[in-house]
Amino acid sequence: MHELAICQAILAQALGVAETHRASRVKRITLRIGPLAGVEPSLLGAAFPLVAAGTSCEAARLRIETVAVRVECQLCGTESEVSPNRLLCRACGSWRVALLEGDEMRIESMELFESEPANV
Amino acid sequence: MCDVCGCVNPSDHVHVAGAILHSQTGRQIEVMQAMLHDNDRQADHNRAHFDAAGVLVVNLMSSPGAGKTSLLEATIRALKGRLTIAVIEGDLETENDARRIRDAGAAAVQITTGNACHLDATMVHAALHTLALREIDILFIENVGNLVCPASFDLGQHRNVVLLSVTEGDDKPEKYPVMFRAADLLAISKTDLTEAVGDFQTLRALRHFRHLGNAAPMLEISARKGDGMAAWTGWLLAEHEARRPAQAKHAHD
Repeated sequence: MHELAICQAILAQALGVAETHRASRVKRITLRIGPLAGVEPSLLGAAFPLVAAGTSCEAARLRIETVAVRVECQLCGTESEVSPNRLLCRACGSWRVALLEGDEMRIESMELFESEPANV
Repeated sequence: MCDVCGCVNPSDHVHVAGAILHSQTGRQIEVMQAMLHDNDRQADHNRAHFDAAGVLVVNLMSSPGAGKTSLLEATIRALKGRLTIAVIEGDLETENDARRIRDAGAAAVQITTGNACHLDATMVHAALHTLALREIDILFIENVGNLVCPASFDLGQHRNVVLLSVTEGDDKPEKYPVMFRAADLLAISKTDLTEAVGDFQTLRALRHFRHLGNAAPMLEISARKGDGMAAWTGWLLAEHEARRPAQAKHAHD
């Protein structure tokens, strides 16, 4: 369950961004995760509130964008969308492919409150 | 419906310490950074240490019991007098593996991770400063036995070697694509047991491995009988030679 360690890494960076922008609260953290990142999005979602408790990210929602695995064939140049354990060219069947997309593990953006709003 | 205030759109606001925070007050900030940015930076720092010392660093990964420590013992014995080897050992508990490495004749640093299922670059950094890197030719990092978590964490290594023992089944690359995609060398281990196991087919394992788009070499090794050890040490010697910067050539020359 390395998702806990990954949540801690996300939190550390999110708190850094929040501080840079003098934000009091973080509303949303958008992540992009590919099937070949080795990270389970549902486990991240479950673990994040545990690590974020008591911080400016405690009410933040994790928005997770998933990506398809896409490869480019090194022999015939065809681009294919493939499953994570069969990276084969759809046109010629070759395994000599380059990964175009699918191993992303990135913090894309955040939505911040720069100060406590007065609209209670 | 929002559970707190009862309004119809719970997604456009949050309740924090009695205040209602609306979405329109939020500001979008583009971040575009790797989730493991801090680990990656630490890993680059580790690699700089290794490169400055001219040491080849190999991260050894597999499921528990695939024979990582046995392979290391056999490797240390096979390269004795030619290359100086040291090992960073990662385990949840015990110093057992480090003791085996020392008995085989190499320096070993044990990292006990407690409940952590993988090594990270910070743990490796703490360990590398206890080693005389300039006197080492190849440093192995024996990762925690696990085919999932270690694949996500760069430690600063130059090469990943993934072991797959014949007792595990030849479909492991298909089941754990992230780990096997990371391999720079696939080592089929415990080949002396192939006959006893019966249904492990090396070619099938290789096919699953290739289907991940990985063109890395595969070796069949029995650390116990010595089969395949010459090819394995040959690969290590070539990788070590290729890594060695001119300015770091030392007493060996």
